Amino acid sequence: MSTDKLVDFDEVLTRYEPVIGLETHVELGTVSKMFCGCSTTFGAEPNTQTCPVCLGLPGSLPAANAVAIESAIRIGLALGCRIATWSRFSRKNYFYPDIPKGFQTTQYDEPFSTAGHLDVEVDGETYRVEIERVHLEEDTGKNLHVGGATGRIHGADHSLIDYNRAGIPLVEIVTRPIPGAGAKAPEVAKAYVAELREILLALGVSEVKMEQGNLRCDVNVSLAPIGSLEWGTRTETKNVNSLRSVERAVRFEMRRQAAVLDDGGRIVQETRHFHEDTGSTSPGRSKEEATDYRYFPEPDLVPIAPDEEWVEKLAAALPELPAARRTRLSEEWGIAPTEMAWLVNAGAVELVSDTVAAGATPADARKWWLGELARRANDANVELAELAVTPAQVAELVALVGAGTINDQLARQTLDGVLAGEGSPTEVVASRGLAVMGESDELVAAVDAAIEGNPDVAEKVRGGKVQAIGALVGAVMKTTRGKADAATVKRMLEARLTAG
Amino acid sequence: MSSDLTAMNVDELQAALADGTTSVDLTQAYLDRIDAADGELRAYLHVDPEAALARAAEIDAGGTRGTGLAGLPVALKDVVVTEGVPTTSGSKILEGWKPPYDATVAARLKAAGTVLLGKTNMDEFAMGSSTENSAYGVTRNPWDLDRIPGGSSGGSSAAVAGGLAPWAIGTDTGGSIRQPAALTGLVGHKPTYGSVSRYGLIAFSSSLDQAGPMARTVLDAALLHEAIGGHDPLDSTSIDAPQPVLAEAARRGAGGDLAGLRVGVVRELGGEGHTDGYEDGVLSGVGGAVSRLEAMGADVREISCPAFDLALAAYYLIAPSEASSNLARFDGVRYGLRIGDDGSRDLDEVMALTREQGFGPEVKRRIILGTYALSSGYYDAYYGQAQKVRTLISRDFSAAFEGVDVLVSPTTPTVAFPIGARVDDPIAMYAADLCTLPASLAGVPAISVPCGLSEGLPVGFQIMAPALADDRCYRVAAALEAALTADRGDRGFLDQLATRRGSAA
Repeated sequence: MSTDKLVDFDEVLTRYEPVIGLETHVELGTVSKMFCGCSTTFGAEPNTQTCPVCLGLPGSLPAANAVAIESAIRIGLALGCRIATWSRFSRKNYFYPDIPKGFQTTQYDEPFSTAGHLDVEVDGETYRVEIERVHLEEDTGKNLHVGGATGRIHGADHSLIDYNRAGIPLVEIVTRPIPGAGAKAPEVAKAYVAELREILLALGVSEVKMEQGNLRCDVNVSLAPIGSLEWGTRTETKNVNSLRSVERAVRFEMRRQAAVLDDGGRIVQETRHFHEDTGSTSPGRSKEEATDYRYFPEPDLVPIAPDEEWVEKLAAALPELPAARRTRLSEEWGIAPTEMAWLVNAGAVELVSDTVAAGATPADARKWWLGELARRANDANVELAELAVTPAQVAELVALVGAGTINDQLARQTLDGVLAGEGSPTEVVASRGLAVMGESDELVAAVDAAIEGNPDVAEKVRGGKVQAIGALVGAVMKTTRGKADAATVKRMLEARLTAG
Repeated sequence: MSSDLTAMNVDELQAALADGTTSVDLTQAYLDRIDAADGELRAYLHVDPEAALARAAEIDAGGTRGTGLAGLPVALKDVVVTEGVPTTSGSKILEGWKPPYDATVAARLKAAGTVLLGKTNMDEFAMGSSTENSAYGVTRNPWDLDRIPGGSSGGSSAAVAGGLAPWAIGTDTGGSIRQPAALTGLVGHKPTYGSVSRYGLIAFSSSLDQAGPMARTVLDAALLHEAIGGHDPLDSTSIDAPQPVLAEAARRGAGGDLAGLRVGVVRELGGEGHTDGYEDGVLSGVGGAVSRLEAMGADVREISCPAFDLALAAYYLIAPSEASSNLARFDGVRYGLRIGDDGSRDLDEVMALTREQGFGPEVKRRIILGTYALSSGYYDAYYGQAQKVRTLISRDFSAAFEGVDVLVSPTTPTVAFPIGARVDDPIAMYAADLCTLPASLAGVPAISVPCGLSEGLPVGFQIMAPALADDRCYRVAAALEAALTADRGDRGFLDQLATRRGSAA
């Protein structure tokens, strides 16, 4: 759908320096909404989780959710922010059907947290992302535009509004502009969001399910000619909702803006929409004609003065943060930072850690998650964590291999069974009869059959060409459909062909 | 008998209920009076006789009648949200809206066993001083049908003064309880900001709005206030502190001993050099009241509060600013009026048409004023500056209350003016709130109590106290009321109107 002229990505960087910035909205996982007692459960029937307050009915008033405030402050602390000693909510006034009060209750010039940072790593290099602010606000309802080609309001026959989401607590984390990432800008953007997601998970403040809109990014991009002292005009691409899309959105905007600037055009400060299918952006409303939000302090809520002692207590009770955890695990597992980076990129750190906790060695756990399981996830086009196998089951699989009950090939068949929902690895081994054969009569017969069926090879072995024995082992494995233990088979063959 | 009931003070009605009069009898008496007089007064926007009588019967059957407020009828200003009962806030934009919930004030009165007589007329969204801004017609002053009953709680003031309700709830943002009470000879009290829940009051200006009682006597007002006051977790600005004992303060005050009470007369509100716009009759009535306080032992002195001169300007920036935001929700999407949704117009046009046709001129004027004052680039000069003035006014109060226990002034510069006299002159209309605005801006309690007649019309005397010292307002007002009642030899100020009604009939 995009007809934009694009400059080749590498070429962009020969002439322009990108500056990026990210505004991330996180839906908190509180039981109730920001200013009322309504449930926040995802996926309920439209407009069943509403009350006079979150519907903004005349006369209703907000009462702030203390858990949400605590979560917002903990996020600020985890990002190294300064926590305000006095903070206020403000009203952001604008008309849209999904904001029931005609204003959004948010924070403006007095947010909870300011001046933090988050270090992210891309290809072994660390980039410091400065955090400008972390504030708390309420989510809007959801519009469903029915009819029309675009699913947007213009051209729709009619619109439906679901206010279940209206009033869910939302934390907004705003970075300062990030210059100097150059060609890595798209990856830095992605890595920042990925790292932020890890932190939010570690804090337990949100489920951070991007596909459910728990975490939504607005991606700012501008280009300046290399050597220029001034930054360019930025665009803000709204609602970019996956890690991959964050990277693609930055990449696309860099290429599009370069083309505009190359042609002597100017970048319009505007919000843009991101299109998952094409990876392109298209213009939304222009900021130059945008509404004046007429912010003013929310008179229906009292200012909040977080007690210093309480904040210190919250800081002391923060969980181990992902970066520290990774450093510790790298040491414990004896792996290099680059290998840890692979685990991070594969989303496997927690899985490996849990597998180790369930008894596997770090090496085995890594081998399975980055190898066989990563392949399966890739084939099924799902995230590693979404595979129907638990870290405990992987540890069990590793243990079965270690005990010689199954070999690697049988382990893969066992995994098939586990993924197919047939039960635990032990159960699958039993039900599918996958255990390695001992020196049973069946195996003796198979060995005999292999020697009889391959007299030439057997003769070579007898004549001293010991390495030829592999072909006989292969034949036994074939007749036993992999259930035999290769070392046992080899030992039995040797006993038959060399000793006598 | 029924005409007697509608001329009684609430403490007398309580005694009657305890003595065997049923709530149904009492409610019927008021319904009859409404039937007879409201065609002329137009105090009510909504009356549901069947529902009222059914409720009264329920109280009669329940066995609580005669205890506390059980069985007593009450009228609510239509700004108070009532479950299942139409609530319009005097605006066309909410015509037909039946709320799914009760305001805390309504819920507390319900829990106390009161019977809802009806919803009273008001200036649209409480914006006005005469009730002429209602989308549903003008309410008349029972003292003179050609005059306004004050506003914005003019329906409530007319209902109580006219004997169409024993008492009523009003709301006060810049004087909307006190001014109509003054102009109709009632007692009206604006509580300390945060001491009565705002949950379920359709917001005009959130940092100023307070609900309060409008009643025939100081004691009645205190009884009603006690029923609605106190902390409410649904209102974040609600003060979590025990409510002072008010009815007791009123009873004590009626004893008439004010020895040691230090009273400050505010120079800027009708005092020397500040008499422009004040009627002589009002000033002499207020002067007489001050003398009475002195006679009862009060130590009276003049106090200057220079920042009060700026109150009107500050108020007309802060209140419209907050209103412009509070009224944004009336967009035709979820409830109330929706204009132009015929498939030919887009969302913005439907919203704009709905607001254009749903709001009256004064509401639009204030929305535009407030939108401008909050605009980027003007915020500091207008809203920001007004907030600073507010701080100065609070400081004037604090300084004054270091030397005196209460401050007093006229409630309004004039008596009730003729209907139509100020509709085309917003500034003259705004001046009606001159004396009531400082207490609103500072969030301190203030009561208006009748102190006499000027040209046959009531004059109100305002008593202001420090935050949370509402009991002081009641005590001093009750003392004055008792003294003046004794002078006249009647049962209360409204007896003068009843006499007039009787002689006219």
